[in-house]
Amino acid sequence: MKISVQREDFDAGAEMRDVSRANPKVGAVASFVGLVRDVNDGAAVAQMTLEHYPGMTEKAIAGIVEQAKGRWDVIDCTVIHRHGTLSPTDQIVLVVVASGHRGDAFAACEFIMDYLKTRAPFWKKEQTPQGARWVESREADDKAAERWQPPRKDVA
Amino acid sequence: MRVKVLFFASLREQLGTGAEEIELPEGVATVAGLRAHLVKRGEPWRKALAEGRLLRAAVNQDMIKPGAAIKAGDEVAFFPPVTGG
Repeated sequence: MKISVQREDFDAGAEMRDVSRANPKVGAVASFVGLVRDVNDGAAVAQMTLEHYPGMTEKAIAGIVEQAKGRWDVIDCTVIHRHGTLSPTDQIVLVVVASGHRGDAFAACEFIMDYLKTRAPFWKKEQTPQGARWVESREADDKAAERWQPPRKDVA
Repeated sequence: MRVKVLFFASLREQLGTGAEEIELPEGVATVAGLRAHLVKRGEPWRKALAEGRLLRAAVNQDMIKPGAAIKAGDEVAFFPPVTGG
């Protein structure tokens, strides 16, 4: 498992090879890359600054990965999230999940992203022609995370 | 008791500070209690931490519910809903 919160860019291809290279049990690698768009909520975005809570960020992501491991066959996993100043087309986040089969790899990858969006302490501030603004959280992100809640009988 | 309090993102900007050590009066023993205590300082605290504003909180780097207890030496953080990814 690799979790990194960093300013530097990442190489998704290299990270995907790393999770499978050493383990012949890996039959599927699913990945997600999030990028900076040049428009959001109707305004042009020239630049974005990502703030985070050092220490808690890594801990929150590790907790999310642990939950994914408890629910799906996750052989290896890499999560990289950048912070600092980014521009449109820049990569922001990478999630890579290696599993025996594609179903688990896809599901765990999507789960980790949905939980990261609502539980990992990052905040985006956009530079637009109208000035700087903090990005508001979206209800759609909460809904996306909620659909992973375990069935009622499993709730303690 | 003494705790460390952190603020992030828009909240940090509104308050003009990202961290401080606070000596809490007796009777303040939960995250919600700490928030109410800070609101009593007046502006900009009153508006930034007003009860109606949706904020998240963490104790010792774990996201918690407002009723969560705090103890001496804890690191308590307040921040807006997260927007990473």
